[in-house]
Amino acid sequence: MKVDIKKFCILTLALALSGFMSPAFAQHDDHGHDDHTGHEQAEGHEEHNQNEEHGEGYDPVATVMHHIADANEFHIWKGVHIPLPVFLYAPDHGWTTGTSAMFEHGHTAVDGYVLNHGRINRVADASFPKGEVHVGHIDHKVEADEEGKEKDVYYVNYENESYKLDAPSTLDGGMMGGGITSFYDFSITKNVFTMLLAALLLIFIFNAVARGYKKNEGKAPSGIQSFFEVFFVFMRDEVTKPMIGEKHYERFQPFVMTLFFFILFCNLLGLVPFFPGSANVTGNIAVTLVLAVFTFIVVNLNGKKDYWQHIFWMPGIPGWVKIILTPVEILGLFIRPFSLMIRLFANISAGHIIILSLIGLIFLFGDNGANTGGAAAGAVVGGLFTAFMNLIELLVAALQAFVFAILSASYIGAAVEEHHHDEAHAH
Amino acid sequence: MANVLFLADFSVIKPDPGLIFWTTLIFLLVWALLGRMAFGPIQNALKKRENDIQDALDEARNAREEMAALQSKNEELLRQAQEERAKILKEAKETKEAIVKEAKEKAQDEARKIVNNAKQDIENQRLAAMTDLKNQVGVLSIEIAEKLLRRQLDDKKGQEQFVSSLVDDIKMN
Repeated sequence: MKVDIKKFCILTLALALSGFMSPAFAQHDDHGHDDHTGHEQAEGHEEHNQNEEHGEGYDPVATVMHHIADANEFHIWKGVHIPLPVFLYAPDHGWTTGTSAMFEHGHTAVDGYVLNHGRINRVADASFPKGEVHVGHIDHKVEADEEGKEKDVYYVNYENESYKLDAPSTLDGGMMGGGITSFYDFSITKNVFTMLLAALLLIFIFNAVARGYKKNEGKAPSGIQSFFEVFFVFMRDEVTKPMIGEKHYERFQPFVMTLFFFILFCNLLGLVPFFPGSANVTGNIAVTLVLAVFTFIVVNLNGKKDYWQHIFWMPGIPGWVKIILTPVEILGLFIRPFSLMIRLFANISAGHIIILSLIGLIFLFGDNGANTGGAAAGAVVGGLFTAFMNLIELLVAALQAFVFAILSASYIGAAVEEHHHDEAHAH
Repeated sequence: MANVLFLADFSVIKPDPGLIFWTTLIFLLVWALLGRMAFGPIQNALKKRENDIQDALDEARNAREEMAALQSKNEELLRQAQEERAKILKEAKETKEAIVKEAKEKAQDEARKIVNNAKQDIENQRLAAMTDLKNQVGVLSIEIAEKLLRRQLDDKKGQEQFVSSLVDDIKMN
């Protein structure tokens, strides 16, 4: 009996430790995969040495950036991926659809599309064959563009020729190093998949909650209903009611609630270190941009006369101040949703970067696998810090969802507020 | 160079049109579905429940107030009844005393009347007796006178003796 308990304790500890280290293992395998491709591309090795700060060693920045980026497949384990549907559009070719499995992790090009580190790239060169062809390794170079800015460029080898790869189009207008390229990626990426999962979870859960209200009418709430009632009532009493006002809050409550719960679920799924979580959804500016634009639209479509008057011609102040104030107010109109977008994006991305950096300590301390003792020390230190950071991130996940919702509600409140009473008191 | 590398790889800051499209679609879907089938109904159900609770509380308070009012009314009634009883008792006592007093007076009157009647009767009896006595004395006198008259004729001395004994007799009576 005694032995059994001992055995049980050791087993539990081992399980706990392995669970604790799972992101670390995943990372290691991911890196191993990189190594694997590294061996394949023996010719390109020297270029790698020149261009990467750590040479063939572990590049923490590149690894972290790769992990927070969107991807066209879910990386599970060494060589194990969950393929996702791809919908690609190139203006000069039309639509290409399928799943990311058809790219065979970068070994096959389909209509010129190649999977480069989990993300689909395209060979813009018209001479590149259409349909499925086997391609060689992908090379990474840092090149200076016309303005002298250095840029990461990738080349794919096909029949001893090097073809330049285009990244998917982005809408930053080149400011952030992206821009419109030869194709658009409308695939169900890792982020889209996670959002769909969050949406399904939300619909499933709140359907059950709403059914609970129908079933328990006139009775005390039960089960999942009472769990989510706390959140709902909190959001209603602390956010929508006081921010929007007794008169209008019910009209905007579904929007604010959807914002809160959608962001919360995406944030929480992002904290799960393995499939189907781990995607950096709300840490992607495209997602926060859309959410902020929705807030902007809802606020300004519902702006009352008082709201517009306060923006264009603030009452109750001297004329020359109005001339200064009006441009500031008009700027503020756009700065408010912009700050919403940046706040959520930066907070969630930063959280992911910190956790990935702490996990990266294992590879830094362990000299990329050469020093087992160092790796162990890194695992202990990085693991403990990661556990601590995960707790903080749990708070941040809820807090940022709350902040986005409460600020959106306050902007809506400012738009629908009627000032007559206040002014009567002020004068 | 590190900075440039960082920016170039920092893909999350570059808005991807595909992701924008899907986020818009998914958010609109979630908003429409949850708003229609969850957040609206939940809000209404919560409001209804809160109203019900408020109503129930109000009702309870009203009932309590009614009860209190009823109780004070009862107390008032009780107090009134007690007063009534005291009054009735007092009146009864007074009536009793009056009756007793009246009865006593009546009895005294009656007794006096009886006594008076008795006195009258006694007087009458006495008067009758006196008359009877007078009559008897008269009869006796006549008898004595008759006997005297008869003896006178026989003996002088004896006559005198006889008259004196008669007189003694009368004294005795």
